[in-house]
Amino acid sequence: MSFLTMLQVMGNGMLKSIGIFLWTLLLSLPLGLVIAVIRQKKLPVVTQIIKIYISLMRGTPLMLQLLVVFFGPFYLFKIRLSDGYRFIAVLIAFVLNYAAYFAEIYRSGIESMPIGQYEAATVLGYSKTQTFLKIILPQVIKRIFPALTNEVITLVKDTSLAFSIAYVEMFTVAKQIAAKETTMLPFVIAGVFYYVFNFLVAFISERIEKKMDYYR
Amino acid sequence: MNILNIEHISKSFDDLCVLKDISFSVSEGEIVSIIGPSGSGKSTLLRCATMLEYVDQGTISYMGQPMCRMGGDGKPLYVKGREEKEMRSRYGLVFQNFNLFPHFSVLKNIMDAPVKVQKRPPEEVKKQAYELLEKMGLQDKADAYPCQLSGGQQQRVSIARALAMQPKILFFDEPTSALDPELTIEILKVIRQLAAEKMTMVIVTHEMNFAKEVSHKMIFMDKGVIVEETTPEELFRSDNERTKRFLGQYALR
Repeated sequence: MSFLTMLQVMGNGMLKSIGIFLWTLLLSLPLGLVIAVIRQKKLPVVTQIIKIYISLMRGTPLMLQLLVVFFGPFYLFKIRLSDGYRFIAVLIAFVLNYAAYFAEIYRSGIESMPIGQYEAATVLGYSKTQTFLKIILPQVIKRIFPALTNEVITLVKDTSLAFSIAYVEMFTVAKQIAAKETTMLPFVIAGVFYYVFNFLVAFISERIEKKMDYYR
Repeated sequence: MNILNIEHISKSFDDLCVLKDISFSVSEGEIVSIIGPSGSGKSTLLRCATMLEYVDQGTISYMGQPMCRMGGDGKPLYVKGREEKEMRSRYGLVFQNFNLFPHFSVLKNIMDAPVKVQKRPPEEVKKQAYELLEKMGLQDKADAYPCQLSGGQQQRVSIARALAMQPKILFFDEPTSALDPELTIEILKVIRQLAAEKMTMVIVTHEMNFAKEVSHKMIFMDKGVIVEETTPEELFRSDNERTKRFLGQYALR
């Protein structure tokens, strides 16, 4: 197999990896925020459920969670799902897992906000929603941005875990080619792909951080 | 008509009774200073008057309209919804540590609430904001961010922010306690200027000489009660042991 063919075949896998990455971010960032906000309300039962959920997501391997989400419906309920479910399963597992981590990062940011910001907003008559969206959240995002970047970089690398349920993203392709052609080259390409991807993530994140640098 | 009427309010945090049966009123154009040792309940009183805390007992009204009144079950009933919003725009509060919004420019700090909360036309608010900035001597700081300003400048912005809401009464919670003597003078100058314009104000302060000079009425609080409420001249000539001891500490400095 020529280098170009290899790149072409792997290119398809790369698109799948990028797909997992983008969809996971798109869904888990808002979901994590919603979870963090609901937790702030300190409703006893709900808070407990959220705590258990976060503890499970953080306490077990993402690969195991992928297997549970993918095989669970059949093993537990004898539901046969079409092949399209493979991608859905990847998304469910990734989004649930990452939302848990993001929720904790948001919480750290929200709880670090000085009470005076809320009080000033209250006295000026802002509603609770306005206070959160206009005053608190923008400052929270600035505070948690480095931690978020960390998590996003981990996500890039974690997309390779989708191979565990035979979802054909880039890493799966790389392994197949390497085995068939007995060459290290696909692993090198995979390595470069992840590195460049993360380099871009770090670059963009730095730009955004600079943009938010106008205040302390 | 009184701008503010507070009648028999009490407030406890758990078992700690911070305000005990406090009553006083502020009439239009009046300047009232509240003095007293730390933990005497001065700040809590302001926080209750501005709905940052809710009282356990008593009534508070602004311009004759109740913000909270006693319900049938002995618990205070607060205004809600639109009425609450309307009530909040009757007063402003200046904090000890400014609490400006750091991610907003000076101009946006001043303009945002009048536009977004009071829904006033942005053009009109902008004009007023620039007038206020000029009054505060900060006309060149409209586009600056709070972190680029000194403490005294930040406090002046926060006064401008409160005034932009066109309140009927302005509360100050130890407005100079976070500032050095030089910056303190800046702020006191601004308050004097507001006094000259007949702004109704309630000032919690440790600046005794300033309070004496600027206020029509002084309230001395200790352990959650009003010990004395009288003119500055009377207060500084008081026979009350507690008052004398407190004021004596300042004379010794």
